[in-house]
Amino acid sequence: MAEYLIYHELGGPSRRFWSLLGLLAVPLALAAIAYFYMEHYGHIVTGMDNQIVWGMPHVFAVFLIIAATGALNIAMAASVFGKAVYRPVAPLSALVSLALLAGGLALVMLDLGRSDRMVVAAMQLNPESLLSRRVIFYDGYMASVGVYMWFLLEPRMNRYVKPVAIVAFLWQLLLITSTGLEFGFNFRAVYDSVLYAPMFIAFSSAYGAAALILILLAACGWEGRDVSGELLRRLKNWLGVSVGASLFFAILFLGTKYELVRSRDVARFLLFDGGVYTALLWLGQIALGGVVPLALLLRSRLSRSGIAAAAAMVLLGGLAQMYVTLIGGQAYPQILFPGMIESSSYFDGEIHPYAPSLVEVLLGLGGVALAASIVAIVLRAIALLPERLDPPAKPQA
Amino acid sequence: MSADANDGLSRRGFLAISAATLGGVMLAPGIRLIEIAGARAPEQSVSRQVRWGLLIDTNKCAPGCDDCVKACATENGLKDTGHPRTDAQWIRKVELKDMRTGRANSVPVMCQHCEHPPCVDVCPTGASFKRADGIVLVDRHICIGCRYCIMACPYKARSIVFEAITDQNPDVPRGNGCAEGCTLCVHRIDRDQQPACVEACTKAGHNAMFFGDLNDPHSEIAQRVAKYASTQIRADFKLNPGVRYQGL
Repeated sequence: MAEYLIYHELGGPSRRFWSLLGLLAVPLALAAIAYFYMEHYGHIVTGMDNQIVWGMPHVFAVFLIIAATGALNIAMAASVFGKAVYRPVAPLSALVSLALLAGGLALVMLDLGRSDRMVVAAMQLNPESLLSRRVIFYDGYMASVGVYMWFLLEPRMNRYVKPVAIVAFLWQLLLITSTGLEFGFNFRAVYDSVLYAPMFIAFSSAYGAAALILILLAACGWEGRDVSGELLRRLKNWLGVSVGASLFFAILFLGTKYELVRSRDVARFLLFDGGVYTALLWLGQIALGGVVPLALLLRSRLSRSGIAAAAAMVLLGGLAQMYVTLIGGQAYPQILFPGMIESSSYFDGEIHPYAPSLVEVLLGLGGVALAASIVAIVLRAIALLPERLDPPAKPQA
Repeated sequence: MSADANDGLSRRGFLAISAATLGGVMLAPGIRLIEIAGARAPEQSVSRQVRWGLLIDTNKCAPGCDDCVKACATENGLKDTGHPRTDAQWIRKVELKDMRTGRANSVPVMCQHCEHPPCVDVCPTGASFKRADGIVLVDRHICIGCRYCIMACPYKARSIVFEAITDQNPDVPRGNGCAEGCTLCVHRIDRDQQPACVEACTKAGHNAMFFGDLNDPHSEIAQRVAKYASTQIRADFKLNPGVRYQGL
């Protein structure tokens, strides 16, 4: 049971910890400068225009939000599905999930055309809007994961952890499904497929597991501690299955787009003629984020550095996937008159160019740095890391 | 004499004159303002009985003619900033060529004022809204610039303002960072005028654009759509736009 587990804060000399925070403060400060620059001059200083209205900050934001929901899977496996081997890292899984979500949501808010009206978004909810409902999903998700963490860490509440975990699990499912459907319900040719919902569940599982593995290895490396071979093996397999599922859904999605005559042109754009999007799809999403890490993860014996490399590749491939999905989806022209060649002063019928500006990239990296800072500070302040990860985990609730 | 005259003004008379003067002073500017705005009372100007719409006769719409586009820009204060990709366009001429037959058309495309507007469905704050008379608008006071409406619109009819705007038309306030699109010249409609694009098209003698109440069987637009075949852009999306095209 939970009483076998003793948690402690992230140790190590305080100077080293402050150096880490100092390091993280650099991208945070640059992101703050980028934000105020954009806020002052307007989005004219970004690479976005009236054809590509969601740029690099959204690529990072949606990527972080997807990874956030997936990072909770490990905790859910322990508390909902009784996989005891994951129980020691369940609080870390929940923390990483909340931190990634905070990073992603911060980016969404800071990239608003009128970020000075953030409060309006909270006060004037349109109940019809899927995005608006997702604000409620985000709040509910954060609340349910927060309560879950409390029940997990408070011995007196431990016995009620399963029902609370089930609620968090359902919120998680709701959040990731609605994120997928946000694309799936869109009329644009690249989107317009409900396959986005299950595909995003697979993506989230892969990106979340990869982020959790990297943070776990970094935290244990920080204190020079070993991670149990059994836990690492399970996490490696988890990541492998998630990457495999991601590849399956990506191939299913692209294959069906190509097979259906009505969407063949857009599939051809993504698969063959899309320039940077085609390159990022094949080299980034499929090869770097899929086939290569999967080949690594399928090996029965893989070193810690091998697992870390696979996880890093999955995350980079995930960013490539998000760029192809978000930017590529907007770059492909909207078809107003099927069967006609369209042209206009508003660039109808054209592939829209986009080059991310430095401020957008800095803002996006700031979201990642924010998530990392939250993890570092909370781990240092609150006892969330298990005392021992080196022995094989015993069967626990 | 003067003393007699003063005696002639009774207290009641004095109060009546004062009240009339005070009332006049208080009400006159209001009446004058209403006169200037030319607006009817809110409950009169917007009715669910009305469905404002446009009919575009593409047979009369000449390629290269952009009288409607220019009129829209003048009326709504849309200026060329030298950055065409970031400039807002509320109406544009789309040149079409049928891939199989080679038949060419030139059609103005603007906000289609859908019955089921996706921009309204996705707007997180309710800034995108549809008036009772079918006109789809943006409330610039609560638009947060999330651009979700631009992502959702299948007609590419929404824009966002990328930089600060000066010398605005007071009737058509715009704002940096806010989404916007064709308002069907709602400020003119509320003054019983036609949208600027329609007026310009008619004035130039093209007569390719008709504006009116689609729900009123006696209106010219309703009679035309009843008589001639017309179509909606991407009717397969089932959004029931208020803009129809003849001759496509």
